Amino acid sequence: MKFAHLVWANLLRRKLRTTLTILSIVVAFVLFGLLCAIRQALVGGVELAGADRLIVRHKVSIIQLLPESYQARMQRIAGVDLVTHQTWFGGIYQDPKNFFMQTPVVPEDFLSMHPEILLSAEERKAWLATRTGAIVGRNTAERFKWKVGDRVPIRSPIWGQRTWEFQLVGIFEGREKGTDTTPMFFRYDYFDEVRQENWGRGLVGWYTIRVKEPARAAEIARLVDEEFENSPYETKTEPEGAFAQGWARQVGNITLIVAGILGAVFFTILLVAGSTMSQAVRERIGELGVLKAIGFTHAGLLALVLAESCTLALLGGGLGLGLAWLLTAGGDPTGGMLPLFNLLARDVLIGVGLAVALGLLTGLFPALQAMRLRVADALRRM
Amino acid sequence: MTNEATKGEVLVRIEGVEKMFHRGSEDIHVLANLDLQVAAGEFLALMGPSGSGKSTLLNLIGGLDRPTRGTVRIGGERIDELTDRRLADWRARHIGFVFQLYNLMPVLTAERNVELPLLLTHLNKAERRKHVATALAMVGLTHRANHFPRTLSGGEQQRVGIARAIVTDPTLLLCDEPTGDLDRKAGDEILNLLQALNREHGKTIIMVTHDPHASARASRTVHLNKGQLTNEPVS
Repeated sequence: MKFAHLVWANLLRRKLRTTLTILSIVVAFVLFGLLCAIRQALVGGVELAGADRLIVRHKVSIIQLLPESYQARMQRIAGVDLVTHQTWFGGIYQDPKNFFMQTPVVPEDFLSMHPEILLSAEERKAWLATRTGAIVGRNTAERFKWKVGDRVPIRSPIWGQRTWEFQLVGIFEGREKGTDTTPMFFRYDYFDEVRQENWGRGLVGWYTIRVKEPARAAEIARLVDEEFENSPYETKTEPEGAFAQGWARQVGNITLIVAGILGAVFFTILLVAGSTMSQAVRERIGELGVLKAIGFTHAGLLALVLAESCTLALLGGGLGLGLAWLLTAGGDPTGGMLPLFNLLARDVLIGVGLAVALGLLTGLFPALQAMRLRVADALRRM
Repeated sequence: MTNEATKGEVLVRIEGVEKMFHRGSEDIHVLANLDLQVAAGEFLALMGPSGSGKSTLLNLIGGLDRPTRGTVRIGGERIDELTDRRLADWRARHIGFVFQLYNLMPVLTAERNVELPLLLTHLNKAERRKHVATALAMVGLTHRANHFPRTLSGGEQQRVGIARAIVTDPTLLLCDEPTGDLDRKAGDEILNLLQALNREHGKTIIMVTHDPHASARASRTVHLNKGQLTNEPVS
């Protein structure tokens, strides 16, 4: 700590240069934070997926439906603990821009399958007692300023071009920070009864299976698919994480895209900050010679220059991450398209690590240059 | 070696020292078979024309460079055999450097400049401040402690340089043309200060100078010509 003022004084030697370098690092880390949040929004579902849950869909495509009768057959497979189903409703509330997911579910089974969805006992009771009852996540409720007791009209272009009216009986919270609280769930019995006038009666979108032993998930997935082999509705069963990943992959390899952009940005910043540090050392070779003359060791000078570059990087990185955190604190900026948009503590820690690495890398060569200085030569350059 | 060398004892003993530099394929002999002894408490002026090897000799005595051949003993210790790390520690404890161009850190105040060598000691902040205040008082710059070098005159900057050199109470003060960048009046003040440090505080001083007026303040003068010491001025 006793060298802190020396480090600081050297950084303030060229205030404009230091400020501009810090600003460029800030921009890089803001971008890092935002891209991490977008990545989380797109692939976060993979991380939040239950290890003991499998998704069963039609072998051809998720938009092909499966018979409701499959539920009982799946339930009979050894190792299966619980089976529930959901169906894509694709409803529109007032305007197509107001996108959020709605699916019909069997409430008891659904809540048992998804413990990450937190609903009060009263709301749960109300949902079981109300045939047109629906629950919605906190995010969407706040977005449309809905409250329990409201009647919500939703038009579904898929299920008969009619307007469905739901009674809001509960607003659920997420158990985890990243739990998606944008969907709306309503009762399957109401859905199936009303849609019978149209098409798809007795058919559901996909199944979720909870297995008794997660270690046997792959084996059970195979047994499920074998059960329906050569039927008109063959299935494809995969872990919930892989299913979520499949959705994310429709956008592309998000992690690779993010890594590519960040790689380019950080490479540029490495050059900018590296050039600043090299210049900072080059213009004070004589002073470094004086420090050596009065007793600073090679290692001491190495540490001093690295401390300067790390301070620069940590200042810029810290400010950038702080700004990114502020910008992402409000959650999904699209109003429903990116429900898991948030900057995780893990990504902030990675950012801090990146800042330290940036500091070490940009300072390394100038620091080695300072370390290798011959005192007599350096003093001549004062 | 302690910082309290007994007056009259040989403090600096240089024997058979040669220093050679390479420039391309050419070997340049700067010092040749040089012997020199400096007693503790002595104020030695080292004179000679440009390129005679004065600064090189000073660098060897101060452990900033190593001889090609020969031995450099300071207080009985062979400093030419020390590792870089030990040599740096040795310099921090035993040598105070005063440079022609003061060589202060422009980004630090006078007080912080003087404190620099103390950062390498185990002294705490309060003790460091006390030492700095004493050193600045000795050079008469207490009132300029918080000034940056750019706001000080040349003479004042050199006094800060001297305060930095003496703040650790070193065994030996090495001054490389300390008045070379100053006008006569300021130069005299610096020489008065060095003389006082030598006479009143017993500091051993080796001063490189071109100026006969400066060398007249020393207790002994030796001349260096083409890498050899003589007692007579070089014409």
